[in-house]
Amino acid sequence: MTDDQRSLEQIYRDEWGRIVATLIRLLGSFDLAEEAAQQAFAVALEEWPQQGTPANPRAWLVSTARHKAIDALRRKQRWEDRGDPDEAMRGLAHKPDTALEEETLPFEDDRLRLIFTCCHPALNTEAQVALTLRTLCGLTTEQIAQAFLVPLATMAQRLVRAKQKIRDAGIPYRTPQLPDLPERLSAVLLVVYLVFNEGYNAAGEGRALSEEAIRLGRILFELMPQEAEVRGLLALMLLNEARRAARQSEAGDRILLEDQDRSLWGQDRIAEGLSLAESALRLGPGPYSVQAAIAAVHAQAQTASQTDWPQIVALYDVLLRMQPSPVVELNRAAAVAMSEGCEAGLRLLDLLVQRGELPNYHLLPAARADMLRRLGRWTPAAHAYREALALATHEADRRFLTKRLAEVETRTY
Amino acid sequence: MQYLLLIYAAESQWSTMTEEQGAKMMAEYGAFTQGIIASENYKGGNRLHPVAKATTVRVRDGKTVMTDGPFAETKEQLGGYYLIEAADLDEATAIAARIPGARLGSIEVRPIIGM
Repeated sequence: MTDDQRSLEQIYRDEWGRIVATLIRLLGSFDLAEEAAQQAFAVALEEWPQQGTPANPRAWLVSTARHKAIDALRRKQRWEDRGDPDEAMRGLAHKPDTALEEETLPFEDDRLRLIFTCCHPALNTEAQVALTLRTLCGLTTEQIAQAFLVPLATMAQRLVRAKQKIRDAGIPYRTPQLPDLPERLSAVLLVVYLVFNEGYNAAGEGRALSEEAIRLGRILFELMPQEAEVRGLLALMLLNEARRAARQSEAGDRILLEDQDRSLWGQDRIAEGLSLAESALRLGPGPYSVQAAIAAVHAQAQTASQTDWPQIVALYDVLLRMQPSPVVELNRAAAVAMSEGCEAGLRLLDLLVQRGELPNYHLLPAARADMLRRLGRWTPAAHAYREALALATHEADRRFLTKRLAEVETRTY
Repeated sequence: MQYLLLIYAAESQWSTMTEEQGAKMMAEYGAFTQGIIASENYKGGNRLHPVAKATTVRVRDGKTVMTDGPFAETKEQLGGYYLIEAADLDEATAIAARIPGARLGSIEVRPIIGM
């Protein structure tokens, strides 16, 4: 490796996950690994400015952390005054030097082990998300708590419990093999997508979550390039994130896709997303790849009116077959309204209402309201906007609906 | 590591089985048990009488209080258990999934605290 010009902060961001992943393998404990990694970074902060950044910062940090862990275990042993060295000690004493290990063992395997362990189905989803952000992304407990609007103590407790369960229930530190791999991978992808969505509409701290999710998506793509859905999810995230600058007004109001200033879309991310979406579909499409394909159709339209709506409807048909859900039906109905007219879209939405689907989902009445508004049926449109307002909780959603309701109300008189 | 696999199901599912279905189920349990004995995962296991035959004991203020029936009324009841040795949770849950009762009710996998 050549001289490392990265700042320590950058190295922390790039390497934390790899270092912790390797330390967990060496030390057999999440807590010990995290603590040792933190100590190693503290030593680096002190020593590197004087002695210069080592040629291979990661190997240096792993090696330093390992020695810190050995010291900690020795101290603990002396404290407990036990004659027999415990298992972790014995394991450590016989490990070859880390610099050597780095040459022989691929670090990538450790990160895969780590993400599959963090997203093990024996942990609940909230714990999976928190643990992934803490260990693989290196977010602090404070940052995660702030991003999810959860008290710090609650988040700390969630992480402690998850780590205890991994230890006490014997969740293995291992990449799953076939036949379990597809299901385990979809759990990992779901965690990444949940992190992304949490950041999608968030302001401030939460916004960083979308970037973290994309970073996780890139790591997964690097480690599992042959998996179509890994590509599909990364493509979907990139194509959605590309529109961030256009999605909100300066006042923080939501701007719908059709009203967005498309010159604000991030063309680099769109180009990357399009190529990934295309290769994902070629490898064998799954739900993320198809959603990415839908986002790709939008991304390719120069103006809203040039959107290839029949193509989007066809993609929703594919998605519905893969993943039947009333939310997908709702989105398909909105595409049908654009493609075949609002009457056709309304008929589909009314079927959903009749079936009693999505009773508390504000986007169902909001979509009906929008179609009724486009048809100039002001009174029923106003009624539907009120229904949506009664269900919407997010501030930006409420502002948007209130504005639309006021517009249609002026027409009813 | 050792794990206790607790087999829960609605007891009515057993009581409403035909003789033939019951015999088939017992044969499946027999084959499963032989399988985990052969693979050296088996440490112990038993089938339990229904909760109607359970007695719950509590000691309060030094006095033993006995009540008829289970500790808690639930839709599914503990009907049996296996004690197994497994390398990790993945092996334990894979074994749990092979218990015939997993298709009727559910198996709770509990790690044993080593003493």
